[in-house]
Amino acid sequence: MNAVDFILAGMLAAATPMLLAALGEMVVERSGVLNLGLEGMMALGAALGFITTYTYQSHALGFLAAGLGGAALSLVFALIVLGFVANQVAAGLAIGILGTGLSALFGKSFESLTISGLPKMALPLLSDLPVVAALFVQDVVVWLTIALALSIWAVMNHSKLGLIIRAVGENPHAARAIGFRVLPIRCAAIAFGGALAGIAGAYASTVYTPLWADGMIAGRGWIALALVVFGTWQTGRVVFGAFLFGALSLGELTTQAAGVNIPSQLLACVPYIVTILMLAVISSNRRRMRLNTIASLGQPFEK
Amino acid sequence: MTALLSLQSVSKRYGAVQANAGINLVVDPGSIHAILGENGAGKSTLMKLIYGVESPDAGVILWKGQPVNLSSPAEARALGIGMVFQHFSLFETLTVVQNIALIVPGRKTDLARRIRTLGDEFGLNVDPEAMVHALSVGERQRVEIIRCLLLNPELLILDEPTSVLPPQSVARLFETLRALQARGVAILFISHKLEEIKELCDTATILRGGQVTGRVDPRGHSAKDLATLMIGRAMPPPLPATVQAVGEVRLELSGLDFVNDDPFGVSLSDISLRVHSGEIVGIAGISGNGQQELAALISGEVVQPGDMIRMLGHAVGAVGVAQRRKMGFAFVPEERLGRGAVPEMSLADNALLTAHGAGLVQNGFIRRTPERAYTAACIARYDVRTPGPEAEAGALSGGNLQKFIMGREMMLEPKLLLVSQPTWGVDIGAATDIRQRLVAMRNAGAAILVISEELEELFQICDRLHVLHKGHLSPCLPTHATTVEEVGTYMIGAGKSPEVAA
Ligand SMILES: Nc1ncnc2c1ncn2[C@@H]1O[C@H](COP(=O)(O)OP(=O)(O)OP(=O)(O)O)[C@@H](O)[C@H]1O
Ligand SMILES: [Mg+2]
Repeated sequence: MNAVDFILAGMLAAATPMLLAALGEMVVERSGVLNLGLEGMMALGAALGFITTYTYQSHALGFLAAGLGGAALSLVFALIVLGFVANQVAAGLAIGILGTGLSALFGKSFESLTISGLPKMALPLLSDLPVVAALFVQDVVVWLTIALALSIWAVMNHSKLGLIIRAVGENPHAARAIGFRVLPIRCAAIAFGGALAGIAGAYASTVYTPLWADGMIAGRGWIALALVVFGTWQTGRVVFGAFLFGALSLGELTTQAAGVNIPSQLLACVPYIVTILMLAVISSNRRRMRLNTIASLGQPFEK
Repeated sequence: MTALLSLQSVSKRYGAVQANAGINLVVDPGSIHAILGENGAGKSTLMKLIYGVESPDAGVILWKGQPVNLSSPAEARALGIGMVFQHFSLFETLTVVQNIALIVPGRKTDLARRIRTLGDEFGLNVDPEAMVHALSVGERQRVEIIRCLLLNPELLILDEPTSVLPPQSVARLFETLRALQARGVAILFISHKLEEIKELCDTATILRGGQVTGRVDPRGHSAKDLATLMIGRAMPPPLPATVQAVGEVRLELSGLDFVNDDPFGVSLSDISLRVHSGEIVGIAGISGNGQQELAALISGEVVQPGDMIRMLGHAVGAVGVAQRRKMGFAFVPEERLGRGAVPEMSLADNALLTAHGAGLVQNGFIRRTPERAYTAACIARYDVRTPGPEAEAGALSGGNLQKFIMGREMMLEPKLLLVSQPTWGVDIGAATDIRQRLVAMRNAGAAILVISEELEELFQICDRLHVLHKGHLSPCLPTHATTVEEVGTYMIGAGKSPEVAA
């Protein structure tokens, strides 16, 4: 397998955990809430997903458990920031730490155990194309994630539900004045984001690298957060950023394997820097930036 | 006949403020019922109770004789109540049709068509695909009104709908409202313009300090009587017209062009005007003809290098807002919440935002005592009705916030002042007061540029007028030598300016 095939075959799967988490966080932030606990919710989902899949030999159950776990943890966050109107940054960080701790606790007796991943599915016709064929042979979760991204894009931009979420995020006072119930809408968005973060973690631990090691999320939650912000809350840009990051991180591995004479620490920075620079350039129109920014993001709202 | 809506001893308190106290109100079907009162009298609060945005602390609301307990505007809309808010409830990052789709059911293409038809029918034209952030205040108001009318309400609440509409649109709005009235729709109408109320309404309930102080048929009273009932004392006398020699040029625009990269915005072309020390120059025109853009360029919110803008002797093309303010420039923007004031911050902190030159900050730290004193002085001098400097800007009534912002800028004693809609939503007592103070500043040598849609106001205070239409500025019209009709023709683009002749 040459380097191009290696990157094409792996970039979508490498991007999937970040992408799932980022899509969920994008919806949460669009509703005006900043949940910085992504990393912890992913870690909890990873542990619950791995344990359930290992115990019941079912990936589907694993994803279910991870989704429920992520949503449950995010609802604790919702209670703190919506119910008690606490600071969202502090609450998010605390929830993140809690999730990471729970993950380590639950996963303790599963350290280094392995399970089998998911089989790859080839898309008909596309996987016969020259050069790019490898891109179209992926496991089912990758395809579902891409379908989810499309649906989220459609919902956010072309449905009443999407309009309501955006309205609540832009101006919760006006939304209340015309009769939308801001807190339930935000709570639902938070739970959705939590569930996706949990599932994202489970993908990392049960499909992408199907073995349990504490700390395996390794900063993916933070990257997902960065993708959302630098992708200016636009689905297409978030997807692009995630795939670019996936490709670059595999590119970094191949370059290292080829023994190129660059310090590996420097090489390891490249995917982060390039992805963020690319997204920053794409989003650099100041006027659009003002429009895309979520006006009430992180601000508490009562009633 | 049972009343459509009746309120019995309804009360509402916000913290220390008793906004409504034991209010009784009866609205009959097909009646246009005015609610009159000074800024802060509790008019908006009462409307919010009827529309279910807030719930009353005490009292009963009867709808067609049945007691109702409205816990949300959606329930009010289901009953047949619609409301246009004083501070708009639109979302800037959505388009017009998206904003409407939030509460009006229907497919987007159908809605867009209905918006156009309704717009043609009632003279409320607005592009359904335009983004709301690019609309002027007047256009936003049209959107709010359309959004209500699309739901065919039986009771329509309009909280100061005419405060930013040009005269032609007001006339058409009144036709609309009369047409609705003829179909049996009842209307609750709030306005500070007493002539309008005399023309349109058949009943008026007067509020003062949260209580009903009178109920009259406005057609049988003069505007002066109504004003006296409303503010509880006689009106201040009108301004004496004085002519004075002007001083040096303080603001000069020479051939200012501005290409707007926002497809829904207005581009300006070849704008030239001068404002001297000791005069008030007015910019008339229907909002949405480049007023926002012009104000942004003069204030420095939008910087455009070049020397087409000269202020107080300097070319300021490339200089930002803060620098311009340091030179002695002050500015009251048209949007009060958001641009004019930060709603979540206290009045004191809002005062500090533009008054940091006035000795309120030392070595980068805020000096709280002078800050409070300064704010308290502003509140007292401009008669802002509020508990005190610590009150949140967002909790003030619309007119009181406007008085506060005007006061904050005027207390800086600027050499050059730019004001957009100086008396928007301000009751007539306070409006006269603000106008008098502007004239006093002019007499003391300040250069003032006023952008307003209210011709009457411009004629009262300005020495000279220009009219802005589609980004073009009319020639200068000295107020004593022109007429409302002449200005009106320029406002609709029929004036004899070179562009039209060509
Ligand atoms: N959300 C709020 N929190 C605290 N106080 C409020 C709030 N809303 C209104 N008030 C206070 O209640 C009083 C009545 O306000 P309201 O907005 O009803 O006045 P208004 O008659 O509509 O005045 P205007 O003509 O200036 O719009 C004011 O003193 C105002 O400061
Ligand atoms: Mg009001």
